[in-house]
Amino acid sequence: MFGEWSYMAMLGFVLIASWWLEFAFKLRVLRNPKRLLTTLLLVSPWFILWDAYAISLGHWFFDRTQMLGIIGPMNIPLEEYLFFILIPIAAMLTLEGVTKVWPIVKGWFRPSRELVSK
Amino acid sequence: MTYTGLALLTIVTVLLVEAMVLKTGLLKKIEFYLAYGIVVFFQLLTNGYLTGREIVLYDSDVILGLRVAFAPFEDLMFGFALVFLTMAVWTKIGMVENNRFEYSNKE
Repeated sequence: MFGEWSYMAMLGFVLIASWWLEFAFKLRVLRNPKRLLTTLLLVSPWFILWDAYAISLGHWFFDRTQMLGIIGPMNIPLEEYLFFILIPIAAMLTLEGVTKVWPIVKGWFRPSRELVSK
Repeated sequence: MTYTGLALLTIVTVLLVEAMVLKTGLLKKIEFYLAYGIVVFFQLLTNGYLTGREIVLYDSDVILGLRVAFAPFEDLMFGFALVFLTMAVWTKIGMVENNRFEYSNKE
């Protein structure tokens, strides 16, 4: 459907589906680059190493006709590197979004104090 | 090691890191489970697309063969390790930042 942009299309979807949360719920994930980058640096490298190991042993492999064909260090395609940046950011945005919205949602199901006292 | 074995080992490692180093208490919070549920829904969607359209393929010798939305079950384990560790480290840094803020307020 998207030819060599097929994997990139999925990453684009992840970006669109998650980054709006920052602005809609006034989160501070994208606008806290220090906390964001520290998290990425502490988490992503381990999974990139796993990816490199799995690719080297052929645990998983890619249809090169559906990818851009840009291969980075350790034989890992560009799309995979972007995956290990965008997915963790989406996870942080989701957790922050839920943390912000959950108390409000919970409030809808709790009778207000005034109603109870009357 | 097989994908299955590595995935199990990584989940145990990540849970140990939370229990012994990070201690965020994330696993006791409803917010984590709600957020993780949302992430899994989107993982099934996007990973289902990657595997269903055969953009990413797997060596059948290193997986159990159980598939969820086209993708090997092991991908859900990979995803849990990646997403949980991300959320735990993110939360931990937030706790450290808050402590420093409270400390500087007391001064």
